[in-house]
Amino acid sequence: MIIATLCGMGFGTSMMLKLFIDDILKAENIKAETTPWDLGSFKGNKADIVVAPVDMEPHLRDYPAKIVLVKNLVDKGEIKEKILRAIDELSHAEGGKTI
Amino acid sequence: MDLYELLVPEAIQAKQELADRTAVIQRAGELLAAAGAIEPGYASAMQRVMDELGPYCVIAPGIALLHARPEDGVLRSCLGLITLKTPVVFGHSTNDPVDLAFALGALDKQSHIRALAQLAEYLSQEGFLCGLREAATTDVLKDFIYSYSKA
Repeated sequence: MIIATLCGMGFGTSMMLKLFIDDILKAENIKAETTPWDLGSFKGNKADIVVAPVDMEPHLRDYPAKIVLVKNLVDKGEIKEKILRAIDELSHAEGGKTI
Repeated sequence: MDLYELLVPEAIQAKQELADRTAVIQRAGELLAAAGAIEPGYASAMQRVMDELGPYCVIAPGIALLHARPEDGVLRSCLGLITLKTPVVFGHSTNDPVDLAFALGALDKQSHIRALAQLAEYLSQEGFLCGLREAATTDVLKDFIYSYSKA
């Protein structure tokens, strides 16, 4: 499974998200590759789940992956709940619903 | 590089009165430029990023993490912080208004990662946010942030 984190540059906000998600996956013993993306290049890449700040939603319409939008990027509870739900849903059914 | 090494003491200011997000970005840029960490044009680049990509840099309620690209004039990896006396609207859908504005200059995509991870961890701790918000003067703010990040 590939989980991409998205921001404008690919090394600030998206990197913070990746670090939190890596911790969550490790604690839950879930194997996935997480990779930070920038808005300029992500459309050429493929991921199963894309995690992004909530205000980036317009850039992600029509993108063929499960989209997870995070409001508070330093709230581990919000990130954990949303990413685990996305992984769970993905493992049960294929779909592109936004969380 | 640890967070306390990324922080530029001259670019930390407490309880500033700034009119709008443009003024916040300009001030953050001026402080980092005066310390020799970025070129003066970096502030305009941060402004451009905000205009083009939207206010997603407001990463949490009241907290903005401003930055542009390494090639926009970063001379060394650096982080500044301005706390605002009167919170400023950035235009974010859920996290406005902003009273803590961090400005990051990244020399490349890697060297600041350890410090950024520490910052993200601290920002998830209520005690850190309270300390930043309660610091009434720049000296108190600097003392707090350095002692917290060296602990």
